[in-house]
Amino acid sequence: MSDLMKVSSNPHIRARSSTSSIMLAVVIALLPAAGFGIYNFGPNALVLILVTIASTVLTEYIFEKLLGKKITIGDYSAVVTGLLLALNLPPAAPWWIGVTGGIFAILVVKMLFGGIGQNFMNPALGARCFLLISYTSIMTDFNCDAYTGATPLAELKAGRPVDVLNMIIGKTAGTIGETSMIAIVAGACILIMLGIIDLRIPGSYIITFVIFISIFGGRGFDPAYISAHLAGGGLMLGAFFMATDYVTRPVTVKGQYVYGAILGILTGIFRIFGASAEGVSYAIILGNLLAPLIEKATFPTAFGKGGAKA
Amino acid sequence: MNSAKERLINGLIKENPTFVLMLGMCPTLAVTTSAMNGLGMGLTTMVVLALSNAFISLLRNIIPDKVRIPAFIVIIASFVTMVELLLEGFIPSLYDALGIYIPLIVVNCIILGRAEAYASKNGVIASLFDGIGMGLGFSFALTCIGAVRELIGAGTLFGYKVMPESYVPSTIFIMAPGAFFVLALLTAVQNKIKIAGEKRGKDMSKIQSGCGSDCMNCKDMGCAQRMIKEEEEGKANG
Repeated sequence: MSDLMKVSSNPHIRARSSTSSIMLAVVIALLPAAGFGIYNFGPNALVLILVTIASTVLTEYIFEKLLGKKITIGDYSAVVTGLLLALNLPPAAPWWIGVTGGIFAILVVKMLFGGIGQNFMNPALGARCFLLISYTSIMTDFNCDAYTGATPLAELKAGRPVDVLNMIIGKTAGTIGETSMIAIVAGACILIMLGIIDLRIPGSYIITFVIFISIFGGRGFDPAYISAHLAGGGLMLGAFFMATDYVTRPVTVKGQYVYGAILGILTGIFRIFGASAEGVSYAIILGNLLAPLIEKATFPTAFGKGGAKA
Repeated sequence: MNSAKERLINGLIKENPTFVLMLGMCPTLAVTTSAMNGLGMGLTTMVVLALSNAFISLLRNIIPDKVRIPAFIVIIASFVTMVELLLEGFIPSLYDALGIYIPLIVVNCIILGRAEAYASKNGVIASLFDGIGMGLGFSFALTCIGAVRELIGAGTLFGYKVMPESYVPSTIFIMAPGAFFVLALLTAVQNKIKIAGEKRGKDMSKIQSGCGSDCMNCKDMGCAQRMIKEEEEGKANG
């Protein structure tokens, strides 16, 4: 009897999607950006990507093995973390940067807080900020074989002219995966078509950001300036792939719009008033920390419990 | 002298203020950017702790019970001022490194805690050695934390380069987040010892941990529990 009867709570509808299928889709969606990064920056970018992924997957495996927990590397979430982290590294960074970052992302940000689904901030971004603070000179040095000089965002901040077309294609200096707007948006389209992410967070993020820089950017509604801001830096990668992380975004629909708007404002503040040219990672991390509060404030009233006038 | 030795060991190991009692976390986090700073802060606190303990013990029969806390604070503040002026005069480099945390020794809860818990109830010699023991324990803890942070964050130990030339220091460890990383690791080790001890049936109630188990079954409320206990005792006594 007990073999036949399975008592579980609702919902009883089964879907085909699982953690591993979603994560695999994210990996595939990131491939255009990664591929363009390798084409753009050369073999060191490929080495960094592989080393970082190996580091995240191995860390997760060893940690779970040592603690006698279920091995979860088969769900590809560690691969996504490693790939995202690698795409956020400068192309000429030494290999141990990827290893250190990968260990920090999995061990400190993810596993110590309880593994997949329990991390309070995006592991890849947490590790990026850890590296950025620890090894500032390496992490902000975007000189490599292909490009020398500042990133387009830094040029933009210094008031020098930038080539917007090159920024959209991605032939500029920057981190491995952030430069090509086309490759990132192509990957994001795959995810949107598969229904894995929707436009709520990226849309509200980007629209709020555009409004913010039109007001405070000092150039008014200047399409060239705004498109340079959108195509430069990690905004696209952050908006489509990192802000939409299932674990660290708010679950309520209203909350997701609020979250996106907060990210847009924070990114604008960091980019325009901050000391450095880029601020997407810090904005998303701060947004992650605010997510529980946003959920609390936007939690919908359960059916039948209504009646309270807002 | 048996009790003196016992007090020293008590302060260093059994009731180590940082590792066991989790007291004085503010200087522990803030000044341990290097082993030298940790040691300096620890020894400075030890001097104040020993002197104020001895002095309070001397005056314990004169100070009225109702105003004992302000009286303690005045005594501690006097010693802190003396130490501060001495440091400024003779070791200006340490004075600059510790900055605001020297005057803040006044409100260090280890000092007030020992005055309240030990010096106001015990003899002068025992109180003096209690202060020295606690101070040594504090210095030991701060030096350890500072050494770990300095080693990872700057590749040096007491200012001497120990890591190989190719090592790139991880600057975050000598900044504020590094203090929390190291403290979290320490608390994890402490919890491990505590849980292992409890399993063997030892009394581990003295170890105050940040968090022992899940919140629903929390038996260890840290300071809050101590306050409730004191309140209940106060009510029971009238």
